[in-house]
Formats: sequence, C-alpha cells, structure tokens
Amino acid sequence: MKREEQISRNLDWVTVLIYILCVVAGWLNIYAAIYNPEHPIWIFDDGFFDTNSGKQLIWIGTTVLLIIAILVIDHRFYDTFAFPIYGFFLFMLLAVLVVGTEVKGSHSWFRIGSFQLQPAEFSKMATCLALAKYLSTPLTNLSRFKDQLNVAIIIAIPPILILASNETGVALVFASFLILLYREGLPGMYPAIFLAVVTLFILSLIFEEWQIYIGLAVVSALVVWAMPRYERKTKNILAILGVAFCMGLFVTGVDWAINNVLKEHQRNRIRVLVDPDFDRKKTGYNVRQAKIAIGSGGLLGKGYLQGTQTKFDFVPEQSTDFIFCTVGEEFGFAGSLTVVGLFIGLMLRLIYLADRQKSRFARVYGYGVVSIIFFHFLVNIGMTIGLMPVIGIPLPFFSYGGSSLWSFSILLFIFLKLDAHRSQMLSRW
Amino acid sequence: MDEIRKRFIQGFIILIAILYIGRLFYLQVIDETYKLDAQNNAIRKIVQVPFRGLIYDRNKKLIVYNTPVYDLYITPKKAHVQDTLKFCRLFDITRSEFDSLTHLARIYSPVRPSLFLRQLSKEEYARVQDAMVDYPGFSFQISSLRTYQSKGMANALGYVGEISPERLLKEQEKGNEYYRQGDYVGVTGLERFYEDELRGQRGEKYVMVNSRGVEKGPFKNGEFDREPVAGKNLISSVDIALQDYADSLMQHKVGSVVAIEPSSGEILAMVSAPTYDPSKLSGRTFSKYFQTLNLDPLHPLINRPPSAYYRPGSTFKLIQALIGLQLGVISPSTGFGHAGVPMKCHCGGTSSSIQLGIKNSCNPYFYNVFKRIIYNNKEQNLFKKSAVGLQRWNDMASKFGIGQELGIDLPNETKGKLPSVEYYDKVYKGPLRWKFSNIYSVGIGEGEIVINPLKMANVAAIIANRGWYVRPHLVKGINEIGNIDNKYKEHISAGIDRRHFEPVIEGMVGAVNAGTVAAEARLSDIQICGKTGTSQNKHGQDHAIFIAFAPRENPKIAIAVFIENAGFGGTHSAPIASLCIEKYLKGKVERKAMETRWMNKSYLANVLSAKSASARPNKEVKATVEKDSTIEDYQLRNLKEELFKLDQANKPKAPVFKIPMQPQAVLPKNQKIAPKKTH
Repeated sequence: MKREEQISRNLDWVTVLIYILCVVAGWLNIYAAIYNPEHPIWIFDDGFFDTNSGKQLIWIGTTVLLIIAILVIDHRFYDTFAFPIYGFFLFMLLAVLVVGTEVKGSHSWFRIGSFQLQPAEFSKMATCLALAKYLSTPLTNLSRFKDQLNVAIIIAIPPILILASNETGVALVFASFLILLYREGLPGMYPAIFLAVVTLFILSLIFEEWQIYIGLAVVSALVVWAMPRYERKTKNILAILGVAFCMGLFVTGVDWAINNVLKEHQRNRIRVLVDPDFDRKKTGYNVRQAKIAIGSGGLLGKGYLQGTQTKFDFVPEQSTDFIFCTVGEEFGFAGSLTVVGLFIGLMLRLIYLADRQKSRFARVYGYGVVSIIFFHFLVNIGMTIGLMPVIGIPLPFFSYGGSSLWSFSILLFIFLKLDAHRSQMLSRW
Repeated sequence: MDEIRKRFIQGFIILIAILYIGRLFYLQVIDETYKLDAQNNAIRKIVQVPFRGLIYDRNKKLIVYNTPVYDLYITPKKAHVQDTLKFCRLFDITRSEFDSLTHLARIYSPVRPSLFLRQLSKEEYARVQDAMVDYPGFSFQISSLRTYQSKGMANALGYVGEISPERLLKEQEKGNEYYRQGDYVGVTGLERFYEDELRGQRGEKYVMVNSRGVEKGPFKNGEFDREPVAGKNLISSVDIALQDYADSLMQHKVGSVVAIEPSSGEILAMVSAPTYDPSKLSGRTFSKYFQTLNLDPLHPLINRPPSAYYRPGSTFKLIQALIGLQLGVISPSTGFGHAGVPMKCHCGGTSSSIQLGIKNSCNPYFYNVFKRIIYNNKEQNLFKKSAVGLQRWNDMASKFGIGQELGIDLPNETKGKLPSVEYYDKVYKGPLRWKFSNIYSVGIGEGEIVINPLKMANVAAIIANRGWYVRPHLVKGINEIGNIDNKYKEHISAGIDRRHFEPVIEGMVGAVNAGTVAAEARLSDIQICGKTGTSQNKHGQDHAIFIAFAPRENPKIAIAVFIENAGFGGTHSAPIASLCIEKYLKGKVERKAMETRWMNKSYLANVLSAKSASARPNKEVKATVEKDSTIEDYQLRNLKEELFKLDQANKPKAPVFKIPMQPQAVLPKNQKIAPKKTH
C-alpha cells in the first residue's frame, strides 16, 4: 500500500492529464469518423462493439489495466529485463512472418479472435529499452565507432524484420532514434548528414538532376569564395569539392532508386508530395480528400458529427491513419491547434522529465519516447496536410487500433514509472 | 554541451510545430477553395420536375393530364438476377439488351441507381410487381407521362418531348437560362405556345452524398431547398365532344375542320386530318412512332388549320361582294350577265343580284365585281387604274385577315398570301406592266391567293358578326376563365359597314337552301348560312371547301371545312359542316344514316393518286398549269420548310429500349389507308 501511495504522489500528473485528453479526444474523433447519420450507433446499441469506436473503447479499457500493471511492476524490472524484452519482440517479429495474418498487404498481424495485434508496434518500445540499457552501461561513448556500430545494430534489426513483413511505415519510425542518439552524444555530423540527405532527396524530387548539379557547383564555388584567405588551402577546397561530388552522386542515386528500386505505389506516394494534383483518383486521392476535409473545417469547424467529408467516407482510413482529418473538419483550426498543442506540450514535458532523471537509463529511455512520438506526429499530421508523403503510421493515442494504443501507452507509462522512482534509481549507481 | 543539444531538440520540435500550425492556418482559414471542394464532394443538387399544367375543354372536361408511370432503376452492386431468362421474359427484353443495360449501369456507378427501363405503365407495373421480390437491387421510381384524352386534337394540342440541342441553344440566346439538357418541353401546338404557363417552376433539393454517391439525407435540413411549383392549367375553348365528333367525320379524309364561336373568337373545334395518337409521342414509343409519322405521305404532323396552304376558291367571293358593296361599286341589286367573261359558269344564266350571284357562285358575276373594284377609280391609264384599284382592294381584303397572321395561340401560323401591287410588279418584271385582264382569276379566289382553313373560318365568323371578329384562340383561360391576353378579347373591325352584310348573308342562305350546297346539308330547324368553294390544284381533284355559320340570327358557330382532293365543296364538305353544326347546336345528331355514311367516306385514293402524280416528273402537267406554278411551288416549298422545322424539332433522341408489352391495335382507326365506301 505504501508503494502505491508513493506512486500516485510521484507520478507526473501533467503528462497523465495530457495523455487522458489525447485518448478521450481520440475516441470521440474515432466515433465521428465512423459515424453514420442514418444508423447512429450509441454505446448501448447492438453491434456497437463491432464498430471501430466500440472496439477502441475495449482497447482503452484494457489499456487502463495494462497501465496499472506497468505501475505495479517494480521499476527495476525494465532495466533488468531490457534485453530479454528486446529479444522477445525480435522473436515475435520473426514469428509473425510465419504464423501471422495478412491485413491490407502487410503480413505483420497476430489474430486473436476478432482482435489483431501488430508486434512491430511494440518493438519500438523494446528497442527503446534496449538502447537505454546499452547506453546506460558505464563507459559507453557514442563518439566511439564500436559503440556507434553496436547501437546501429540494435536499432537496425527490428526495422529489417518489419520490412520483411511489408510494413514500411513502422520501419521508418526507427530513424527517429537519431534524436535520442544526438542527445546522448552522437557527433552532430550524423544528424547533419541525415538532414542534408533528406533535403537533397526532396530537392531531387522537385528539380531535374542537372539543375541540382549546377546548384551544387555554384554553392561550392560560393563557399570557397567566402572562405577566409587563410582557410583556402588545397586540402579544404578538395574536401568541399569532394562533398559536392558525393552529393551529386547521391542525387543520381536517388533518381535511380526511385525509378528502379521503389514499387509503383511508393513512387506515386512520393510524387504526390511534390505534385499534389498528380493522379487525383488513386494515389493523390487520399491526400486530396484529407486536405479537403481539413481545409473545409475553417476556423471553428463544422461541429461535432457535422463534418460532411467525415460522415460520408470521403477520406479513406479515417479512423486510423487519417484521424487528424476528423479533428480538422469538425473542430476547425481551433481543434487542430489544440491537438498540435497537446503533442508539443507532451513532448516538451517529456524532455523536461527526461532531463531531470538521475539515471542514464531513464533519461535515454525518455528521449526515446520523445523521438518516437515526435516522428509519428511529424509524419502523420504532415501527410494529412500534404507536407509529408503518405506513410501509414498512426497518430499516437488518437488513431484507432489496439496495437498502437497499447504500445504507446506502455511506452509512455514505463517512462512515467521510471520517472516516479527517479530518486531511487540513483541508488543503483 | 548536453544543455545545448537539449535546446536544439526542443527548438526543432517547436519549429516543426510552428510550420504545421502555419500550414494548418493557411489550409483552414485562408484558403477557401477546400470549402468549395468539400461542397462539390458531398452536396448534390437534385432537380424536382414540377407537374405540368392540365388542359380542360370549355365544359371543364379534362383533356390533357399526367399519368403516373414507373421507371425501373438498377443498383448494380445490389442486383442479383438468378434467372436472367425469366427476368428478360418478364420485361420482354432480349438477353443482349439486358447485358448491355446492366453493363452501362455498372460503368456509371456500381452503387448508384441508374435508369434501366423507362415509363412502364400502371398495368405493366402491376404485372411485374409481384415478381420483383425475387430481384433485389431493382427499384421503381414514379414519374409522369403526358396523356391525351382525345386523339382528334393531336396537332392543336401538340406534344411534349425532350428539348432539342438547337432549341436549348436558342432559348439560351434569348437569355432564358431555365432549360437544361434532358428537360421536357412542349414541342408543338398549345404545349409549345403555352410552355411558360404549363411547365411550372422546377424545384431544387440539396442532399448530401457519401463518397460513393449514395444519398445521405437533406443538406442543412433543407434550408436551400425550393419546392417545385406546378404548372398552370389551361382552359381550352374547344368543345371536346364537337372536336371528337368532327374528327370522326374526318377519318379517311385529308383536310381540316375549324369551328369558331363568332362572338368570342373562341375555337370550338380544330381538326387536322389525318391525325395521330399524341399519347404515343410522349412515351417510350416516341422515336419509332415519330419516324412513322414523319414518313407518312399524308403528313399527319402538319397542323393543317393554321399551317396548310390552299386557295380559297369560291368562298372568297363573299369577301369580294362585301368589298364591292363597301366601295359602292355595286349595289345589292346589281346584276351581271355572262357575256364577254373568260370563265366558265355552272349557274347557267344571268345573276341579277348579289344574292343570286352568291347563291349560284356565279363566276362571271364576280369577274365583273372584281373588275369594278379594280377599275372604279379616277386614273385614266388602265395600268395605273389597275395598280390603284388593286392596292385599295388589297387594303380591304387584308382587314379580313387574308395575307395576315391572325395571331392564334399556336406556333407556326402561316400568313398565306394576298397579291399586292409589288407582287405583280415583280411577276411582270416592272410597274405598270399588268392590268385587270392579267389578274382576274384572283376575283374568284383562284390564282395567287393563298389562305388556310383557319382564316376562312374567321371570314365566316366576320360575316356572322356582321363586320368584326375576335382573334381566334384556343385557350379561354389560364387557371381561370378570362385570364388571357387582352388581344384575344378586343373586337377587330373588318372595315365593312354592317348594312352590307344582309344581302351577302341572304345569298349564303340561298346557297344552302337552293343553291350550290347539297340538299342533305340543310337542317330543317336551323338556318345555315354557307358558301361553297372548290379550290383548284394542279395534282388532281379539287379541294372541297365549305364555310358557314348558324343560326342566321345571333350565330353560335362559324365553321370551315376543307377536304383535299374531294371535289366540289357543296357536295363533299357542306354535309360535314352541317353535321358539326347540328352536333354543336343540338348536342346530338339525329341524322344517323348520313352521319355513318360521311364517317366512312374516304377520299384517300384521290389524295394518294394526286400525290403520286406530283411525285412523277411530268412535263405535260407542268406545261398546262404553268400559271399556277408559282403558287404551287410556294405551297410545296412552305410545306417542305414546315416539315424541315418539325424534323429539326424532333431529331430522334438517344434510343431508348422499348418493351412492347401487349400487342396493341395495329394502327389507330383514322390512319387506315384502305378506303371503305359503304354507299
């Protein structure tokens, strides 16, 4: 009893409040997304629990149990069993390739009755624990190549297995750990290169190859010209030319990869990003309808359950990946602002919490949580407003789906549990 | 170091958040296009066609109304036809028709209902309804079909059809934005003339649809909806009993009957023979039936009373007599002999008064009357005399409506033709190159005068009224009696003093009682005043004309009967006019034997032989009637134009699959070609 009192006192209730707001708002929006004005089904009607909103209610209920379990389990459990948990989910990722069910072309689901679970969602949390565990080992140093390699291996194995089950979206999430690693001392060059690559990639989509070559040449010349005289050594100039040349090679590679490696639907998704009117009926349809739904919301929205685009199924996948459209249409800019605000508040709060940790394990894990949530936020909302390619990943706590809700809740509450015991964690060192 | 990196990460997150909020602000608050897109997505306008106005006859009997019909719709995704063969047999369509219809529907939309078969009648609907439980995905939607109670009035009533692209364009050029493609409009007759009144105002309903186009209830609770306004009803002046009766008399004949109430100008009956079944032009049978009618050599689609061309023949002598009296060039007791007149006469002797001249329809008499009309002026030169005289005559005859539009409430009224000074100057290639001797045939209603039956009925009405008329019209009220254009109420003077009519009417009485009119056309208790006419034409038998009014005092009906290629007017048209007058004035006809005989009488053989004569290129015929050729060509040309116009108005629409449900009578009785003479 004593311990539980302690937890309720030490638990960060600000985060919990934001979490509850997100889940409740998410459920209301799922209800709106599947709402059929001709057959409105309310909680007490028959068949309610066959609908997405009904199922989500069950998921929310079970999530509460999960959270209680997480809070009850000893905080040292996560530290101690980080690698076994990681191993367990790697095993699940392998198992799903053999005994899993295929849903919408993705062979990554376990079916239990009428419910489905996706181990890939949970592997994010497991990887996060494993990274925290590895980095909290004394004397690890991310500027050392050996540690960089080990960390890369820990991060890379799950997405490779996930890609094998054809679930590209979730695999991409692992790139977000770059934020965590940067915070933990990875040389700034890596994220810089990453950003440069992303920028070049987008530029190569918008411009022709030769235009980028000319651009690179001009920029290199400008850099050399702007250099202080004493820096203008042959070595430095060669280095700059070398970087420019690599960038040129990369652009060529991107073009080649887009045309030869990517599958047709993936290629189209990227193309839609730079050319919104491309292929309005098929690939462009999702993005276009999403933008229409959000854009028609106006300042204050059309009112709850009043969104025509939402009610009449114009946006595909609206209760899952495109749940933000419901917010945008029915609650307008005010609603969008609130949701974005909730996420920003959550992430900044988590950074604050992570930085007050006394154990490195908890801090690394905290930043991992921030990284994952940030990536989902960035991509999911970005794709509904046409700033990101359509990548099928859910909006944390909002989107319909048990795996998503469970995994994010576990992810978050493990950290809150660790945070609640932050003073005890110190004693372990 | 850590602190900087932390700030960096925080900064990055906030940067992205600001970027997204900016983008959302732009999408949701600044850019308005998405609101429009959303409306286009989810809101659909549904047009509600109003009920077209009904048409009643003068006794408030319903003659045109809307019958409910049933359109069959298919929703391909829900449609499961287990036994296609049975289904096809039920609707009497072929397997390939079934396949192509379902295919088309599926292309249009698998989840939206699309039209499968249109306009099933109540009976057909009742027959298939029970079987429909076996065919999910099919539904009926009620629509309406224009139904015409009486077959006889087809041409005057006109019919309703889908608007042609040409008409649509024309309406839009006129600034009328009401019509859309696929709208139904009145194509001819009253349906066309009173289109604006009959059609009503279409309603609009805004509904919300889902992404597959399935309706999901009203938009904003129907805030923007507009109820359709039903069309106004017409009260026709026609007495449908008389109309049907006249129509039955005109079967097996080609021609017209026009009956007018003289005091009001209201048309009591307007028969154009042969007629057709207007109901067949409003339903699924349209295209096929229209083709048949269009190819019919008897041109049933022409509304003869206001549109056909004839020469008035001797009926024109009435006008000549009145003009002569008005001008004072003759008096009631003026007599003329036959001497020196280049015309044949049937009367055999001198006509010593105007009354006798009319009674016997004496050609030399009216030759002389016309000569006086033309030459009785102060000019010395014969050519000049002729020109001045003709001009004066033309002015006076125009007042009878000859060569003028009477302004009936029907489309396609023809002016006809009244020769003027300019006309003859043109024919004779210069002024003062013609004189009376060149134009005298006009004096007896032959030559270059062209009229239509409506005009002659109106002439009868003028005489019945002793000097004035009201523009003939078919509608005496819109929604309520009297609610019509004032131009159908004003009295128009024919420019002849009242006192000049009695001698002429005396002549008409004579003609009926002891003159040119067949004895059987007399009525024992009602005095008919009439004048026969025999209109020459180059292709065979003369057209028989008779105009009359009755009773003599306080006339109730003025009538004109034209029968093509029948022969002498007094023999062939007068009895029909007489029967119509009896029917109208007494409400029933007692002369049953005569009635039956005239109903069965056929002149179609004459008409068809005349047609084939004209179809054959025959130089001989051309040479002998050279003088007539201008008129005949004129007539033919106009006929062709008329047909062309009709053609244009009725271009066959996209074919609709037809289901002949039950074999019907092959042809309406009045279309039977085989002549049947019973006497």
